[in-house]
Amino acid sequence: METATNIDGLEVVYAKPKTLTDTPTHYCPGCGHGVVHKILMEVIEEMNIQEETIGVAPVGCAVFAYDYMNIDMQEAAHGRASAVATGVKRVLPDKYVFSYQGDGDLAAIGTGETIHTVNRGENILMLFINNGIYGMTGGQMAPTSILGMKTTTSPFGREVATMGNPLKITEMLAQLPGAYYVSRHSVHNTAAVRKLKKAISTSFKYQKEKKGTCFIEIVSNCPSGWKMTPVESNEWLEKNMFPIYPLGDIKVPKS
Amino acid sequence: MIRGTIIVSIEICKACELCVTACPQDCLELSAQLNSKGYRYAQLKNDSCTGCINCAIVCPDSAITVYRQKKEIKSATQKIS
Repeated sequence: METATNIDGLEVVYAKPKTLTDTPTHYCPGCGHGVVHKILMEVIEEMNIQEETIGVAPVGCAVFAYDYMNIDMQEAAHGRASAVATGVKRVLPDKYVFSYQGDGDLAAIGTGETIHTVNRGENILMLFINNGIYGMTGGQMAPTSILGMKTTTSPFGREVATMGNPLKITEMLAQLPGAYYVSRHSVHNTAAVRKLKKAISTSFKYQKEKKGTCFIEIVSNCPSGWKMTPVESNEWLEKNMFPIYPLGDIKVPKS
Repeated sequence: MIRGTIIVSIEICKACELCVTACPQDCLELSAQLNSKGYRYAQLKNDSCTGCINCAIVCPDSAITVYRQKKEIKSATQKIS
């Protein structure tokens, strides 16, 4: 991998983290997954734990995460990333373990595994990318789709009578005694990305202290699934998703 | 004013325009040319870049490398003169 070097009196202040591989991502233009990958890998580079980190990739848009992250990765069956991460952490308790899942993976097919992993208080970090849609399979309705949202399986908008309310799984998990740090973030602008970076860094520190499950939800966009340009999708996200999924810490350790 | 510049990996850029909206100096635009994927890649349109790294932070494809002027360390002799 070529490293960025200084040029005529200017020094490098920001470059791609070395923990990311050179493979171009398969994500659509403007997808939040790319930013989350980058921030996660930046934290791992800054904490110097590249050799000690094991990630668990989901099924969904981030299924090829192991191609982009230059760390030890394991692919899991659909929804079972938290169960696989539990196994990895129990066999190798000194390693940093994280699972990286989308909303169709964590909040739909893997709800059981997710709830029980958090309830047992496994020492792992769970990253949950919530974009309210099944992106990989062509934009079907997810449990986290907001009311009135038009998807290919809810062409007239999601309604409560037949499709139920959006599932706020992060608030649900915060009630469980095993959850140590539960927080909700976003990647729609620079300030939000910086806050997310701090949260991931804090979670890895808690994991080293063996405190319990750290759960970070990232409210993200899906320009292709929402049929918008990336810039429009970020505006739509701020206007429509944030009232239902407000940003901020939901459960913080008592100091 | 602090001088900075960016270098965009042309073949990696997917023209999502997030860097253009994130730039506080309004010094980014999409090019008129296409890269091999068929996207209009991001490029600098003037030299008002300060190297604030906002564009690089929001770039989903890590295509932007940011450079900034080195801070000059004032020595004792410079202070007297």
